[in-house]
Amino acid sequence: MPSVMIGKNAQGQLTFYVPKKDLEDVIISIEHDSPDCWGGKLVLGEGDAYYIEPLPAPPSLPITLRAKRAGEED
Amino acid sequence: MSGMSREEVESLIQEVLEVYPDKARKDRKKHLTANDPSLPNAKKCITSNKKSQPGLMTIRGCAYAGSRGVVWGPIKDMIHISHGPVGCGQYSRGGRRNYYIGTTGVNTFVTMNFTSDFQEKDIVFGGDKKLSTIIDEIETLFPLNRGISIQSECPIGLIGDDIEAVSKKKTVEINKLITPVRCEGFRGVSQSLGHHIANDVIRDWVLSKRDNDNSFPTTPYDVAIIGDYNIGGDAWSSRILLEEMGLRVVAQWSGDGTISEMELTPKVKLNLVHCYRSMNYISRHMEEKYGIPWMEYNFFGPTKTIESLREIAKQFDETIQAKCEEVIAKYNPEWQSIVAKYRPRLEGKRVMLYIGGLRPRHVIGAYEDLGMEVVGTGYEFAHNDDYDRTIKEMGESTLIYDDVTGYEFEEFVKRIKPDLIGSGIKEKFIFQKMGIPFRQMHSWDYSGPYHGFDGFAIFARDMDMTLNNPCWAKLQAPWKKSEAAVEKVAASA
Repeated sequence: MPSVMIGKNAQGQLTFYVPKKDLEDVIISIEHDSPDCWGGKLVLGEGDAYYIEPLPAPPSLPITLRAKRAGEED
Repeated sequence: MSGMSREEVESLIQEVLEVYPDKARKDRKKHLTANDPSLPNAKKCITSNKKSQPGLMTIRGCAYAGSRGVVWGPIKDMIHISHGPVGCGQYSRGGRRNYYIGTTGVNTFVTMNFTSDFQEKDIVFGGDKKLSTIIDEIETLFPLNRGISIQSECPIGLIGDDIEAVSKKKTVEINKLITPVRCEGFRGVSQSLGHHIANDVIRDWVLSKRDNDNSFPTTPYDVAIIGDYNIGGDAWSSRILLEEMGLRVVAQWSGDGTISEMELTPKVKLNLVHCYRSMNYISRHMEEKYGIPWMEYNFFGPTKTIESLREIAKQFDETIQAKCEEVIAKYNPEWQSIVAKYRPRLEGKRVMLYIGGLRPRHVIGAYEDLGMEVVGTGYEFAHNDDYDRTIKEMGESTLIYDDVTGYEFEEFVKRIKPDLIGSGIKEKFIFQKMGIPFRQMHSWDYSGPYHGFDGFAIFARDMDMTLNNPCWAKLQAPWKKSEAAVEKVAASA
């Protein structure tokens, strides 16, 4: 479960940063993105998928969260 | 283009690796590549930030170098104790040429060496007592210091001294900032971890000092220069451009910086990051905790400087943007004349770089402005994200090497035959003896500044001075000169 920082870049895209792996990427899709639920499965530009526990509301970015690698099956 | 095709570069890498045993070859192969700018990220083509192979000559430094030498060292009004044996502090003293204003030994202390000079008895009985004595002595001898940082050398971690406890106790006693930095040299694979540790200490011990203090008057145009170590005056030649644009530079991290500036940094509106590698950690932290956006910029060479100035101005309102254009117009004739003067003398020359931090990618633009071409580049201690940024700056099929070994670098140079090499002092004399002009690009070879428009003039002059120095034609003994050369001399007589 790496700690990741989710932010926004100048183009308004969500970004995903894993400090331990020096991985910087954009998030191309997010499972839940509504006023009452935010998070879930994230798909990165690279094709990798991560999962963050859904939050009750969209957080103020950037924010550091715990993420899991999402398995192929889900 | 380096004049070599992808296949040629790849076969060169193959050839150079030939001498290694299988295991080492397999490992080193991952660190060398022919650039492909079309790749979305560097992960696929190069491995970085890995332990150097035992037995290979690496050019890297240690975590202590990253913390004491790079991040903390230039903070001028603090005293940085090199806690441990005397050598680490003494051999790294003053070498980085972080310029500063102040009276050394009275209110500024950058070029001085403070060390606890560990002896055998300190290793056996622990050095905490010695450390408190030193802090007391410092307070008596240098009362104008604004704080003390304790930079651990290897033995401190090995014997398990509790420098945090000493710091806490002494902070209460003398009522000044005392920061313990656990930057023992054996930590991590290179100086890069030292930067990270130093950033974390700043985050934990310094940044939150003025969180509830709003007495500092702010303006909407406050910025901080992050990751500019004022080597040969770099930060000053950057700062004047920002100030002419109408911005107010609140803090310089950490070249010519003070601890009070650093404490005030959370009050700024924008962090300008020059050295991404050594200070991205703290910038990201400030973005998350204080909501301060940060952006990378590049002040090497007029093209990149103008690009960066416009990019910075875009973050502010029209008045700044208008002033930015004024500044660019003002300096235009200055740098045009530099290019006109030096470009004909340097056009088409090929450069190989092997440096650290930000320069292997940042100086490419400055060389291109002079009509020169960077045919190989590499970092001592970069991470994956640095290479992500580098592959876009470099030409197709140029050579990229990570943590290059002494042997590999020499072989690459022999084959690629660049006209100029930019690297560190350890490489300098080898290549000069091989007859190749060399610039020491870590501390600008006793020159500088190289940032901004003023710096570009000095950069161009230095490159010309080195490359077109008549000495390079005199390397061969007269009796060994080829027939043709002798005849030419005879004809001109």
